Amino acid sequence: MGGIPHDHYEPKTKGEKWLDSRLPIVGLMYTTLTAPTPKNLNWMWIWGIVLTFCLALQIVTGIVLAMHYTPHVDNAFASVEHITRNVNGGYMLRYLHANGASLFFVAVYAHIFRGLYYGSYKSPREVTWIIGMLIYLLMMATGFMGYVLPWGQMSFWGATVITGLFGAIPFIGDTLQTFLLGGPAVDNATLNRFFSLHYLLPFVIAGLVIVHIWAFHTTGNNNPTGVEVRRGSKEEAEKDTLPFWPYFVIKDLFALAVILAVFFAIVGFMPNYLGHPDNYIEANPLSTPAHIVPEWYFLPFYAILRAFTAEVWVVQIATFVTGGIVTAKFFGVLAMFGAIAVMALVPWLDTSSVRSGRFRPMFKWWFALLVIDFFALMWLGAMPAEEPYASFSLIASAYWFAYFLVILPLLGVIEKPDTPPATIEDDFAAHYGSDADKQPAE
Amino acid sequence: MFKKLAISTVAAITLATGAMAAGEGAHIENIDFSFDGPFGTYDQNQLQRGLQIYTEVCAACHGLKYVPIRTLGDEGGPHLPADQVRAYADQFSVNDELANPQLFDLETEEYRALTPADSFPINNANAAPDLSLMAKSRAAFHGPYGLGINQLMKGTGGAEYIAALMQGYVDAPSCTPDDMDGSYNKYFTSGGYPAECMDEDGHHKYPGSWIAMGQPLYGEDVDYADGHSNSLHHESEDVAAFLMWAAEPKLQARKQAGFVGVLLLTLLSVLLYLTNKRLWAPHKKKKH
Repeated sequence: MGGIPHDHYEPKTKGEKWLDSRLPIVGLMYTTLTAPTPKNLNWMWIWGIVLTFCLALQIVTGIVLAMHYTPHVDNAFASVEHITRNVNGGYMLRYLHANGASLFFVAVYAHIFRGLYYGSYKSPREVTWIIGMLIYLLMMATGFMGYVLPWGQMSFWGATVITGLFGAIPFIGDTLQTFLLGGPAVDNATLNRFFSLHYLLPFVIAGLVIVHIWAFHTTGNNNPTGVEVRRGSKEEAEKDTLPFWPYFVIKDLFALAVILAVFFAIVGFMPNYLGHPDNYIEANPLSTPAHIVPEWYFLPFYAILRAFTAEVWVVQIATFVTGGIVTAKFFGVLAMFGAIAVMALVPWLDTSSVRSGRFRPMFKWWFALLVIDFFALMWLGAMPAEEPYASFSLIASAYWFAYFLVILPLLGVIEKPDTPPATIEDDFAAHYGSDADKQPAE
Repeated sequence: MFKKLAISTVAAITLATGAMAAGEGAHIENIDFSFDGPFGTYDQNQLQRGLQIYTEVCAACHGLKYVPIRTLGDEGGPHLPADQVRAYADQFSVNDELANPQLFDLETEEYRALTPADSFPINNANAAPDLSLMAKSRAAFHGPYGLGINQLMKGTGGAEYIAALMQGYVDAPSCTPDDMDGSYNKYFTSGGYPAECMDEDGHHKYPGSWIAMGQPLYGEDVDYADGHSNSLHHESEDVAAFLMWAAEPKLQARKQAGFVGVLLLTLLSVLLYLTNKRLWAPHKKKKH
């Protein structure tokens, strides 16, 4: 575990030794559960457990839903109605799965912004961060394809718009789009492959989650101070850490229970809150809805996609320089994927030597602005593509890129960071007292 | 900092979803339906009255293809006795036999009567939309009021939309061209809008639009066995409630499950909170 000295599993009985020499699975479980974890982790470190739970929830509810769902354009919509009306408990299964996707994304955004604030992406945790970004991309692909499966109006038209993005790629776009759709337009072939991939990708995600956990167990957890656990001796390390079980398991489970109580309230009392009414109309290729709006978790990047129209001078220059190869639509697609790419590259864009935002007086404000920017983009993504929203979208998109490409590299040079505490033990003691304080302060 | 973020997350999500509601119909008021709110359930008598309106008026043109007739006997729904459900199915007249080939009996070579195991028949005779999900595919206020959380108490307003639509037939504005098809309804939002009634910017001068459906209810269209008022206002609410049930028949069971879930998880949270506090106490020497 990250070179942090700690006890290892020693097989004692004959049977344990027999198994351990053939498959050291008990040792693996022991190492995972007793992993030395920085004892100053705050409540933003609970999202990993929430995310793991979400993945399990989605897989379990999804497998049962798949037993009753029919991936055919003639029957898909009716089969979802069949699930909610005739399958035992189907109404809960379906709403748990649909709202589970939203909980998944709430948690992943909290998790990502946690990482961005406390510098969890910085050396030596770049690989953990990159794998996390891959998981996030796969989540978006899975969420998007899952939304197509009920075959409502938003399913169909969302699929048409999003796959149309690939058609904007120069030279190979049309071929690629046809390849993705399995035909010239969104149709039965599309629904079938989306169902197949929607079933497959969660297991790919599960695999990557294991690698993600493996990676941060190799480096050790980050923590709110960004100060590394001392690795000089076992005694030293034990002053900075507590074992994962029971301290963090119980803490995380408490947080999970609170979050699930809210989640159950939404599923039970307002399950269509985050949905779109148009998706209760069966897909109709001949009738386009007035506003095609993606699910809320895509809105920030959808806003970036739409922000770069042919009227924007950057786009005009790009079109001119490339001799018309980079059209406004393609520019928008590049911007949308670029917005995620710059986030993935943040370990190499942030030049500051201090890890945690807690000790970076200027960074704090720019980060707060980034969070506001994210929600502004989310709001703008749901607005019609007209003024004043178009201009706002452009400004908000520009800030997103500026944060990663200009502000973070510059801040590391011009900012004078505060001094973090010497050890995690000091930080913890400053909050909660140390063993030296014999009298509990009241 | 993250507490503030959490609050703004909720706000942003509600704003974002709220912003999806778009329409140019007249403002629709909330109705205090019995099924609103976390503890709301359907009013069995109201559903039975709504069923009567559906049967005597709507069914002439509209199908209800996702609703199995047997569910009329469901608890939490209209809860008709089993013999009444059977009788209801048997006497229900299928207006569009060709759209319901499952009812064709190969032995007798005739269309058979409905049974409780059948769904309500499909009705494409007048190109009228199926009503099974109408109350969920329309939303009067899926939207930007406050934090949008009032959906918890008011629902998305699908039933309110239907009730409003029934009462929204008013005289067409004077700008209406002579050859305009359909009836003007101040709550209807889709459909073609004549250029004569738009201003220079293309905005509609009047709320509402022209709907293909002629005014279906005028008041006193049906006689209720329970003696309830059959004014247009009451009929509209009754049929809206019935269609809400048709769209969300498991509402009561779902809310019960949600309630049990919230209750147990809250209890679990308290226990885990106490466990966590006790677990960490030896390591936290002082209160801060």
